[in-house]
Amino acid sequence: MRVFVEGVGLLGPGLDGWQASRALLAGTAAYAATPTVVTASDLLPAAERRRTGLPVKLALAAGCAAFIHAGRDAATTATVFTSSSGDGETLHQICATLASPEREISPTRFHNSVHNAPAGYWSIATRSHAPSSSLCCHDASFAAGLLDAAAQVAVDGKAVALIAYDQPYPEPLHAVRPISASFGMTLVMAPQATEHVFATLDISFVPEKASATRMTDSGLDALRAAVPVARCLPLLAALARGASAVVVLAYGEKNHLRVAVAPWQ
Amino acid sequence: MQPLAINHFSIVNSLGAGARSVASALRARRSGLTACDFESVVLDTWIGQVAELDEVRVRSDLDAYDCRNNRLAQLGLELDGYAAAVSAAREKYGAQRIGVFMGTSTSGILQTELAYRRRDPHSGALPADYRYAETQNTFSLADFVQRYLGLTGPAFVVSSACSSSAKVFGHAARMMAAGVCDAAVVGGVDSLCLTTLYGFNSLGLTSRAPCRPYDMERDGISIGEGAGFALLEKTLAQPADRAMLLLGVGESCDAYHMSTPHPEGLGAKLAMQHALDAAGLAPADIDYINLHGTATKANDASEDKAVCELFGAATPSSSTKGATGHLLGAAGITEAIISMLAIEQGVLPGGMHTENIDPALHSNYLRENRDARVKRVLSNSFGFGGSNCSLVLGAGG
Repeated sequence: MRVFVEGVGLLGPGLDGWQASRALLAGTAAYAATPTVVTASDLLPAAERRRTGLPVKLALAAGCAAFIHAGRDAATTATVFTSSSGDGETLHQICATLASPEREISPTRFHNSVHNAPAGYWSIATRSHAPSSSLCCHDASFAAGLLDAAAQVAVDGKAVALIAYDQPYPEPLHAVRPISASFGMTLVMAPQATEHVFATLDISFVPEKASATRMTDSGLDALRAAVPVARCLPLLAALARGASAVVVLAYGEKNHLRVAVAPWQ
Repeated sequence: MQPLAINHFSIVNSLGAGARSVASALRARRSGLTACDFESVVLDTWIGQVAELDEVRVRSDLDAYDCRNNRLAQLGLELDGYAAAVSAAREKYGAQRIGVFMGTSTSGILQTELAYRRRDPHSGALPADYRYAETQNTFSLADFVQRYLGLTGPAFVVSSACSSSAKVFGHAARMMAAGVCDAAVVGGVDSLCLTTLYGFNSLGLTSRAPCRPYDMERDGISIGEGAGFALLEKTLAQPADRAMLLLGVGESCDAYHMSTPHPEGLGAKLAMQHALDAAGLAPADIDYINLHGTATKANDASEDKAVCELFGAATPSSSTKGATGHLLGAAGITEAIISMLAIEQGVLPGGMHTENIDPALHSNYLRENRDARVKRVLSNSFGFGGSNCSLVLGAGG
């Protein structure tokens, strides 16, 4: 499946936006892990903004930046959201409340607990009625989202934005599922070349185990290993270098995605 | 879209275990709802509980996955000859060529709720026997189903609240059209837990009586649990007479509110229109609409507007949630299967518990079963976050 990349959004530890991160990802500047800077999107009304959790902020920030980069209208573009962990803070609060004698969950917290909360807030923020889905595939959540979004681009012949995010769990869940940092990224992909396209991806699902492509920089590779959706980093590095490359993304124990990245024009 | 064949499906919920039990309960107008006595829950509400679940333990090689949700999945997989049909498909296509796309809203969250009660009083640590990846993680369901069936192709969970297991049909259709797989195990499982019972209660959305969709006095949902699975395969050039087909999938977002549907039913209407467009059908081609019909004030009013605008007030419709309860992430697959049973048996299931249809609602809402030749059905599933999905199912020939 071939898709045309129009825009990228990125925020993570020491990765403050796609443009600011390109040299770090390409290996031409030194990477240093500093805490992820997430600002609340001004697309949401103030009342809604106060009610949202970090995953919504991550998704909106990465998504908005990618759509600006892509020069595409978010209101008419389908989306695929993917996350391994969803809103871990909300899960913790709910489970802690339910284990207490009171058991009174806040209604806002409950509706924010659904895995598709970022997708819901995104559609409200961008006034988009376009189809949207929300996926989870544990450690392979990025690969699953990429495959699904690419299939949608190829089959429906329409642009799709893949929005991936993960948030660390608080304790005690962190001990059983350590995720080291907050991370959000977006790829806006089109079915054909447009003036904003800067790379193509040829994506195939390969039913064989393979070693995933790693990051050269040890700090970035540690991030790749420690945040499920940061498994996208080798793909972003190939896009940042702007040269042809093949990236292998693990998809479960028995499969992988082979992504051939090529610059466009 | 290219129609896909559904030659095998299985179903379990509070109406019974297996298609025959569910169909006969619907025919006899027997509801599965009972006053809530789940776990330690103290709420004045009704639930649809799967009685057979108490006997189930997950297969020993998958012991790590043992939790209420995966037990319910296993129970469903073993019904209606489903696991055997998938086994035959595995021989035919190869394990790596069959995708697994599952819908769930809360996966095995009950396991985490219970583990939080057993946190170490000093360190706060979760008990050593708690298995995060195999039970709590949203992917746990698809992981379990894939391993249980011995499949190795692409797999993921769709978790978009109450539209989850309707949307899996769209994902599977795209994956098959893109050539990533030749067949797909689709379905959904959601099981009772404290999060949804107390959560919907906090929103004032749980009924104190068995839920009454489209009734004047409707006051909220009854939460249920259940599992459903279907096997999607490519169709022959000429599908056999009465072969069951997925004809269309339509998806949309409300872009309105996280937990309240669009008051004019805008997103619902878009999803239904997209599903008809994908099927290449007109509203008049639909013989019955299985409504989302949750029995909240807002859902039924919004859905009714959307249905009436698109279909007019003649198309027979009903919600089967009075019988099953609202199965949340498993509602889409459950109602898709109930729709296929209506086609197979030529009976439109009348809604239960509804005594006086709200005069503000104008759909042709069935309160009694009706014998009818049913060729094509539209099934609606709408969820939190304004996530909407409609399916068109039909018989070939």
